[in-house]
Amino acid sequence: MATVSKAQDDTTQRSFFQELSKVLSENIRDYGMFIALFVIMAIFTITTDGIFISSRNISNLLNQTGYLAVLGVGMTLVIVIRHIDLSVGFLSGFLGAVAAIAMTSWNLPVGIVIPMTLVLGTIAGLIAGFLVAEMNIPAFVVTLAGWLIYRGAILLVTEDTGTIVIPNDTFNAIGNGFIPDIAGLPFLREQVHQLTLLLGIIAIGLFIFSEIRGRQKKMSYELEVLPMEIFIMKLLLVSGIVAGITWVLAGFNGLSWTVVIVLAVVALYHFVSTQTVLGRHIYAVGGNPEAAELSGISVKRITFAVFASMGTLSALSGILFASRLQSATTTAGTLFELDAIAAAFVGGVSAAGGVGKVTGALIGALVMTSLINGMNLMGIGISRQYMVRGAVLAAAVLFDVVTRNRQG
Amino acid sequence: MNPPPLLEMREITKEFPGVKALDNASFQVSHGEIHCLVGENGAGKSTLMKVLSGVYPHGSYTGDILLDGEVQRFRGINDSEKAGIAIIYQELALVPYMTVYENIFLGHEIKSGITVDWYETISRASEMLETVRLDVSPATMVRDLSVGKQQLVEIAKALSKEVRLLILDEPTSALNEDESENLLTLLQELKTRGVTSVLISHKLKEVIAVADTVTVLRDGQTVATLDADLGEVREEVLIRNMVGREIHNIYPPRNHTISEEVVLEVKGLNAYHPGLGRDILQDVNFHVRRGEIVGIAGLMGSGRTELALSIFGNPFGYQVSGEVVVEGQSHSFRHPEQAIKAGLAYVSEDRKGNGLILIQDVKENITIANLREIAQPIVINRNEEVKVAREYRQSLDIRTPTIEQVVRNLSGGNQQKVSVAKWLFVKPRLLILDEPTRGIDVGAKFEIYTIMNQLVEDGMSIIMISSELPEILGMSDRIYVMSAGRLTGEVHIADATQERIMELATIH
Repeated sequence: MATVSKAQDDTTQRSFFQELSKVLSENIRDYGMFIALFVIMAIFTITTDGIFISSRNISNLLNQTGYLAVLGVGMTLVIVIRHIDLSVGFLSGFLGAVAAIAMTSWNLPVGIVIPMTLVLGTIAGLIAGFLVAEMNIPAFVVTLAGWLIYRGAILLVTEDTGTIVIPNDTFNAIGNGFIPDIAGLPFLREQVHQLTLLLGIIAIGLFIFSEIRGRQKKMSYELEVLPMEIFIMKLLLVSGIVAGITWVLAGFNGLSWTVVIVLAVVALYHFVSTQTVLGRHIYAVGGNPEAAELSGISVKRITFAVFASMGTLSALSGILFASRLQSATTTAGTLFELDAIAAAFVGGVSAAGGVGKVTGALIGALVMTSLINGMNLMGIGISRQYMVRGAVLAAAVLFDVVTRNRQG
Repeated sequence: MNPPPLLEMREITKEFPGVKALDNASFQVSHGEIHCLVGENGAGKSTLMKVLSGVYPHGSYTGDILLDGEVQRFRGINDSEKAGIAIIYQELALVPYMTVYENIFLGHEIKSGITVDWYETISRASEMLETVRLDVSPATMVRDLSVGKQQLVEIAKALSKEVRLLILDEPTSALNEDESENLLTLLQELKTRGVTSVLISHKLKEVIAVADTVTVLRDGQTVATLDADLGEVREEVLIRNMVGREIHNIYPPRNHTISEEVVLEVKGLNAYHPGLGRDILQDVNFHVRRGEIVGIAGLMGSGRTELALSIFGNPFGYQVSGEVVVEGQSHSFRHPEQAIKAGLAYVSEDRKGNGLILIQDVKENITIANLREIAQPIVINRNEEVKVAREYRQSLDIRTPTIEQVVRNLSGGNQQKVSVAKWLFVKPRLLILDEPTRGIDVGAKFEIYTIMNQLVEDGMSIIMISSELPEILGMSDRIYVMSAGRLTGEVHIADATQERIMELATIH
């Protein structure tokens, strides 16, 4: 969020552009990722003659990002409390396979399979949390062991069958389906997904309403707020972006279930991490575990909670991925953990702990998936793709370190 | 014409966004003297030393640095080290899992060909240890040495680099009296061998004992240069120059009545440290009454901090037995959370290590131990948080540009006030202050003492752990003395003398 440290009275003397550059330079780290994502998307739009920005491709891109974004969100919190989780990839693959088997072999209904898979993920996370928090085994070792175990487990359960095809339409809709449309509004063309548009308009309305209310509340406490021109510009910019995305999505099939789920997860985690006592405790543990402990925060309990959440999100990621492929494969989950860690770091998490936002992980995941998607469209070979992704990861962290040093 | 001084810093100005840390400060050190640099926290001492050592490279400040009359342009620490300047910081820069000899020659190893010449290294290290009068084997692991001895290793390391100017930043703040005295004697010995040293210290007694010259900084400016030979280095002169006003009584008087009601009673407390493999507390019994300041004195390692932690929910995994009674109710806390709920608060001796979250801002640090107070029921009311933080900023006079300032950027005294504010916000009935004025300046000390007086007048009780006997005598109503994990005596303030306390502190 934007912060302005000076009171309003001396802002009136500065011009709009001085004010703008001040706000930008104070929040460069927050805006940097957005700018990077924007630049990457612009470049691909040009190099692919607009195919990249087409409704169909963007919709596809967002669905591809889903499983990675939820892992990135969980990984951000794990890294914030100074740990790491290498097991998430194969855990998600394994749990995807378990879900597939539950539906095909055990004939359990989707309504039971999905909660069951999520609970299994939570339990797996709690086990890792127990070994890290109670037994003091380094998370790197615990989750490396988990990586091996879940990799073995996924091979074991798919040994006889190989790839398990999932015939359940409801389950497969999670990764491929779109929200239903409403009856046609008279002023719109038939091809446009109208519920999506409506939701977009509602989202913009809610955003503007809550921003204005927050501003009024801040002023009632006599706190500093953004200068009016910049506040309006921020409202217009964010509304414009939301409107643009909504329009692009409405032009294809509308919002997919994956996007709905990811937005819900990010919204929930953003809320918890920035607005609640639990969130503050997580960042305190990351910032200085001993000080947190002495402040009455149970570092163990926080560690448990963060690993449990990581397990749950791994399960969700497994469901999203299996549903997207409409099958569970023997290699599902390969390298997801490293992609998730990359997304978290591109999103601005600090390896030293205590710093990093879950919204950043979403942007980070979008950056990484955009790279793959864009380069695929351009026909760039996989070998070069890896190198470009590596370079972007290094550049993102470099940017982060440089801006952090500059701000002292 | 006189030969130029060893070091001359001319009209140094260094600005940070919004702050002028140094404002035309000048500093001159002659050959072969012990020069003390004093000033309140935030006066610019550290900044001046960082300019000198190249941490702030040439070009990021204005003014000139001259060594033996020659202008220097340090671009980094390497340059200043090459020029013969060695700085020993409060936080020691030794590698704990290496031996003494490896540490002494770390970074400038003695080589024969491409390999390290370990025989020569060890023999040279032994010489260095003899010079600093440290009687340990050069093959000792650094982590097995006490802080005082580690400091001597640091000095040996500096001497091994042919140092021209040795700068010590608060070297005695973590040492006990014996160790401090040894260190100061060593500086005087080195002086006779031609080593020039600069000592930055808050302990004016030390300064008076060893200084040939004293430079006083205040608000980024050099306000005085005092010469010991002219009899100018006296406590009241130093204090007057440091704070810009006379402090007649460094312990403010208080009007309070101690009630008979016992707030805390500790019975038969024992603690065992599994890491060290020994008992750290043995059969400790004491009590604190409402409105009372109880001092706990003792030498380093006598178990004072361990006693506080064992009462305060035992966060670091000692094995504790015994009874802690708070306001008549018996507890056995398993976590600080429970101790806080029962009305206890503990201001750590180690602000940076386990007191504050340095990367978070002032308001987040103040509210962290009692977020539920400003949450409805789990969502934090951030506006309320700002209000709370501003109230404490005002009532404790925390000097920070905004409460969104990251705590790392505050001076030691202001960090300590943030620490105190954090624990006052949990609204405790008993406040444990562990070395409340360590590493902070005279002015801030006075403010902390005033806050303590106000708190006990309002009916709070305070346990104050301190290594500084004058502070113990100046602030306590009653004093317990610890030695080797036991309480060796209880002294009422009327009967207390430094001698009596030292006597009890050295019983084994």
